[in-house]
Amino acid sequence: MLARSLRSPRLLAAPLRSQFVAAAPKPLSLRTVTTDAASASVGAVPSDAEQPFTVTLPNEVFEAYELDAPSRQLEVTKSQLRQMYFHMTSIRRMEMAADSLYKQKKIRGFCHLSTGQEAIATGIEHAITKEDAVITAYRCHGFAYLRGSTVKAVIAELLGRKDGIAYGKGGSMHMFCKGFYGGNGIVGAQVPVGAGIAFAMKYEDKPNTCFALYGDGAANQGQVFEAYNMAKLWDVPVVFACENNKYGMGTASNRASALTEYYKRGQYIPGLKVNGMDVLAVKQAAAFAKEYAVSGKGPLVMEFVTYRYGGHSMSDPGTTYRTRDEVVNMRSTQDPIQGLRKRILEWGVLTEDELKQVDKEARQLVDKEVVEAEESPVPDTNFETLFKDIYVPGSEPRWTRGRTAEETHYY
Amino acid sequence: MVPARRCLLSLSSSSSLRPSLAKAFVSASSSPRSYSSPAAPTTKRKLNLPIDLNASSYLAQTPQQALSLPELPDSVKSSKTKRLNLYQAINDGLSTILETDPKSLIFGEDVSFGGVFRCTTTLLDRFGSQRVFNTPLTEQGIMGFAIGLSGSGYTALPEIQFADYLFPAFDQLHNEASKWRYRSGGAESFNSGNLVVRMPCGAVGHGGLYHSQSPEGFFLGMQGVKVVIPRGPIQAKGLLIAAARAGDPIVFMEPKILYRGAIEEVPVGEYELPIGKAEVLQKGKDVTLVSYGTLVYTCEMAAKAAKEKLGVEVEVIDLRTVHPWDKKTVVDSVNKTGRCVVVHEASRTGGIGESVGAEVQERCFLRLEAPVTRITGWDTPMPLVFESLIVPDVARIFDGIKRVIEY
Ligand SMILES: Cc1ncc(C[n+]2csc(CCOP(=O)(O)OP(=O)(O)O)c2C)c(N)n1
Ligand SMILES: [Mg+2]
Repeated sequence: MLARSLRSPRLLAAPLRSQFVAAAPKPLSLRTVTTDAASASVGAVPSDAEQPFTVTLPNEVFEAYELDAPSRQLEVTKSQLRQMYFHMTSIRRMEMAADSLYKQKKIRGFCHLSTGQEAIATGIEHAITKEDAVITAYRCHGFAYLRGSTVKAVIAELLGRKDGIAYGKGGSMHMFCKGFYGGNGIVGAQVPVGAGIAFAMKYEDKPNTCFALYGDGAANQGQVFEAYNMAKLWDVPVVFACENNKYGMGTASNRASALTEYYKRGQYIPGLKVNGMDVLAVKQAAAFAKEYAVSGKGPLVMEFVTYRYGGHSMSDPGTTYRTRDEVVNMRSTQDPIQGLRKRILEWGVLTEDELKQVDKEARQLVDKEVVEAEESPVPDTNFETLFKDIYVPGSEPRWTRGRTAEETHYY
Repeated sequence: MVPARRCLLSLSSSSSLRPSLAKAFVSASSSPRSYSSPAAPTTKRKLNLPIDLNASSYLAQTPQQALSLPELPDSVKSSKTKRLNLYQAINDGLSTILETDPKSLIFGEDVSFGGVFRCTTTLLDRFGSQRVFNTPLTEQGIMGFAIGLSGSGYTALPEIQFADYLFPAFDQLHNEASKWRYRSGGAESFNSGNLVVRMPCGAVGHGGLYHSQSPEGFFLGMQGVKVVIPRGPIQAKGLLIAAARAGDPIVFMEPKILYRGAIEEVPVGEYELPIGKAEVLQKGKDVTLVSYGTLVYTCEMAAKAAKEKLGVEVEVIDLRTVHPWDKKTVVDSVNKTGRCVVVHEASRTGGIGESVGAEVQERCFLRLEAPVTRITGWDTPMPLVFESLIVPDVARIFDGIKRVIEY
């Protein structure tokens, strides 16, 4: 088609509706897995906050590929539910704080928020231990905070301050802490790195896994498939986890991916699609995935069906490539925080007042740490800061050149 | 068309740019102290004053200036001009290519929506989605497809969204594109097309580690590929059109801070500017200042200061093609002045300055009055908060000029 039209230049003069646009885009994968955040049933809820009870997730939370789907029944405690609610609310608050600091021009350049996607970071964190690892791309603030960094360190990094994770040298995308291998600006690069982290775990016979997260856009990078192959070949305990929020920048997933069923893209690796708006489904699926990987069965490909409320980054209003209705609808009916809130109330886990107390705690935590981050000084404009961390301390070259002889830094 | 307005080039200036996807990258606001706090008052500064691009003599501020450029073909010299900024001139160049070359195609991430920096805006509407189309997020694939297309006689114009994302595609460029002619024995059947890889590059004040890099130095070890970095709209249009007809694979790096910052009168007609040829922007007898891209304007200010404060006449050269660069123009100049300062924002080690410095000392050794001096970025990654410290400013360049004079 391309070639034929090119042979007749006359045709080309007129704007053509081509295969790329005219051909109906492949339908979005049938979302039999829903993004309903609020339904699930429960038996008797004990009064003791630490006593487990059983929750049954609805039918539509999982879809498996070459795999027996995990049980839809999970044990939780009241205090766990409270903590999950607290975590999601804190992430939302932290992202809102970043949003507002950006609008005040205190944060510049890049800033990618995860509002709408909080259940994924939270559900995974509640299914793994600090000995497990997580790696993702630039939408990383929530993960960094839950993995053990602080709101203060995340916000200070965004502000370019000394108390930031990389003393302000990295900014958005550059968040790290023990068990969290970043925040990566090169989309897709984190996936084979995650497989390597899990490979080390296997090598050392550790009962641990690494969640390597990536978006529906990143899923098309070649290195993702290279990582799949090696991981399967060597039964590496890595969990490839795609956060499918339907768009990669301005491109809808079905316009960029020949197969939008991301959980099937490992082909020879079993897959699991999960309602990523339901934090309990995420937790259950992540626990299952960890167990699967650690048991020696090798990698798993997961797909969390989710939605980003904001634009791709702060400079994208996020409304040119999707309808306002779509955004409003997701926000108002499928919100992961509201979904958990509803269940907590329905099940009598906490009262309305107690939930308000949790909201307040989250707000206070974030407010306090944002103030501290803003009070953090800008990094010292000296050679130590600028040249720090380029080489292993002690292994540096005798000097590294600056622009002039005087600027040369001697270690 | 853009209205005339004051256009400041400074990593520490604030600007009044239209909000869009590009906003984050070009509305720079930073100072050495904090990347987001307002710049220190300029009253006490003597050299590092905001650079007003609308006052630069390196940009054609009037139609007469634009049309009198000696490199323009006669057919264009009598044409009209249009006031365009850099991204609009690139857009203009791209449409000229699409209009005149039926085998030309543009593709990349989000290009049919205009791309992050609007360079391909309206091209989908005008030329159709067979010729302007989005790709998935897959740099290596984009580059490979482009090479295959150009090897089959097409003019492939892929866009890499940021120069920082070039690296996943680097292997394709280095091991496939750059050697194709060489390893096929020059066979015409494999080398009938054109390949221009466009990408935004350089610092804006807050892009940080993965959105402000200047990777041109990496190409110095890649023979068979040419690297072009235009300084403004007229140059960009002419060099782009020439690149799309050149036959060799060309990496076209666009300084992203200039997309909206650099505005000039651009001839409306079709014209080419020479690939591989530097341009002497201003003549001088004492020092040769070699640079390219955004920093030529900083050099202009430093040259002005050197004239005022030191009485030194600086010859300023814009390399335009940074690899392989124009040795004759540079060497002729240094043989005249006896002093050479090279300026770029990319790291000092592995930068274009190393190549220029080595060639100049070899070719002009007996004429040199001072060591070839480099004023460049530091040998560090590009740190978010320190961007404005990395990019050479007027004071640094002035200091370099002073040192070679006083040597
Ligand atoms: C190698 C590389 N190419 C391109 C980009 C620019 N880019 C940043 S995010 C993005 C879209 C990613 O979409 P997706 O993976 O779906 O993640 P989401 O933003 O939806 O979380 C693109 C194209 C990049 N950062 N790195
Ligand atoms: Mg996405």
